[in-house]
Amino acid sequence: MHVKGRAIATWEWFVESAIRLAGILAIIFVLLIFAFLLRNALPIFRQVPVGNLLGGRFWRPTSEPAQFGMLPLLLGSLYVTLGALLIAVPLGLSCAVFASEVAPARLREVLKPLIELLAAIPSVVYGFLGLLLLGPWLANVLNLPVGQFAALGSLLLALMALPMIVSIAEDAIRAVPVALRHNSLALGATRWQTIIKVVVPAARSGIIAASLLGVGRAIGETMTVLMVTGNAAVIPQGLVGFFRPVRTMTATIAAEMGESAYQSSHYYALFAIGLMLFIITFVTNTLADVLVRRAGGVKT
Amino acid sequence: MKLLNPQQTEKLAFAVLWLAAALAVLPILAIIAVMVYRGGSGLSGSLLFRVEAGLLPAIVGTLLLVGLTALFAAPLGIAAAIYLREYARNGPLVRLIRLAVVNLAGVPSVVYGLFGLALFVTLLHFGRSLLAGACTLSLLVLPLIISTSEEALRQVPRGLREASLALGATKWQTVRRVVLPNALPGIITGLILSISRAAGETAPILFTAAFFSLTHPFPKSVFDPILVLPYQLFVMATEVPNVPSATKWATALVLVLVVLGLNLLAIILRTRLRGLQRW
Repeated sequence: MHVKGRAIATWEWFVESAIRLAGILAIIFVLLIFAFLLRNALPIFRQVPVGNLLGGRFWRPTSEPAQFGMLPLLLGSLYVTLGALLIAVPLGLSCAVFASEVAPARLREVLKPLIELLAAIPSVVYGFLGLLLLGPWLANVLNLPVGQFAALGSLLLALMALPMIVSIAEDAIRAVPVALRHNSLALGATRWQTIIKVVVPAARSGIIAASLLGVGRAIGETMTVLMVTGNAAVIPQGLVGFFRPVRTMTATIAAEMGESAYQSSHYYALFAIGLMLFIITFVTNTLADVLVRRAGGVKT
Repeated sequence: MKLLNPQQTEKLAFAVLWLAAALAVLPILAIIAVMVYRGGSGLSGSLLFRVEAGLLPAIVGTLLLVGLTALFAAPLGIAAAIYLREYARNGPLVRLIRLAVVNLAGVPSVVYGLFGLALFVTLLHFGRSLLAGACTLSLLVLPLIISTSEEALRQVPRGLREASLALGATKWQTVRRVVLPNALPGIITGLILSISRAAGETAPILFTAAFFSLTHPFPKSVFDPILVLPYQLFVMATEVPNVPSATKWATALVLVLVVLGLNLLAIILRTRLRGLQRW
């Protein structure tokens, strides 16, 4: 009996250790990703001054001499992401408020899964639809020179990011205590006044978190932007820039990694872009996580 | 001067919200309608099951890839979820693991591709292969599996655990015989959703697994590159000239059907299995 008890205890200890290791692996994977990106990006920082990399106006990896200016790519990503947020945040917030405060329960049950489906469609399919259908049609309607442009990417990214924004914003809105609503209504405010002056402000951390996660999602999206934004590595100019071809950081990696020679400057430069993407998404996601927790959107 | 009184403002605002909801639902309906309408005509048994210029190799490749991905990611993800929900006490380690999971979920898919290229393809010498692609994708779906499994474990009533422990069962016996069986529906649902996610991803396998070939359609081992649906669609849409429009649309439709079908399966399974539970 005593021996058996000890065997069980040993087994328990073994299992618990294995399971704990699985949890810790999540941390190790993040560190590994960072380490491998850094290791493969570092050589380019030795070859080209950081200022020329980040501030350089020309991305010409294959010309002689090669130029690795990432400014056009950074701005390209910024344009596409900004455009996506301008569409997805107001729309997503409206849907979240609608679903939690206005919609009849029955309708909500239909609305939510339908919006969720937007996130299930593969990004290559969005790209396909944009490239073959939406782009040419929009170019025709808006009288644009080409059917591949920044705002087209923004529009499709907005659809992809919408479910996440709706879901997190709705969680935040639901986490606002019912008493706050009742107090406001009891003071004679209309339901709309209650929503806009009490509920939404109280849920603002969660709403900001949703937008931040939207940034992370949009800036990291690859296949769709690769297929629909035209991939011209030029610095976008003003508002017109939204309706001209741009090239994002992600699309550059996807388009060029297959052709760059192993351990060439080009190869390292593409890893440097990957490192930047990793850092940007790490910061936005960590910030969003802090805000979501503060909003009480996560039940632990 | 105020244009509208509060009641009128409310009417207007709610109308705008209804409109926004309609606007958010419209695209998915339009996408499904267009896909079925344009893709349906090109979809035929011969396109689906033909090896040469057909979709069979890509469908098989996709199945192999997601199967292997699930095989790698599921044990790890479920174990991590068990740790977070059943074993861990709140503290810095748990906080750090959760932060890592959130960030794993946020790493851009193309960055996973870079990581897979550097670690699996190059350093571990897997080459551009089924194995390297599955390893890369399993990291990508790991956070999804962890969070869905955790949610499933959360649904299991505390009383069941306490009853088991009170009967003298050990922690692990309780987890394995009481908690896990009851959480299984939710865990499987999460797994299917992860598989669906992996089936649609393109960027992570771009330099780790995918290739386009008519002469070597099926991999002979896990060290061979593979044809997969999303990559095939990408290549057809952007690189290969003279692909008939009907074939492209049909390919896109098949991919969407696979992904949405898996999603639907997950939803049905969840409702069915939940109905079987007695609390």
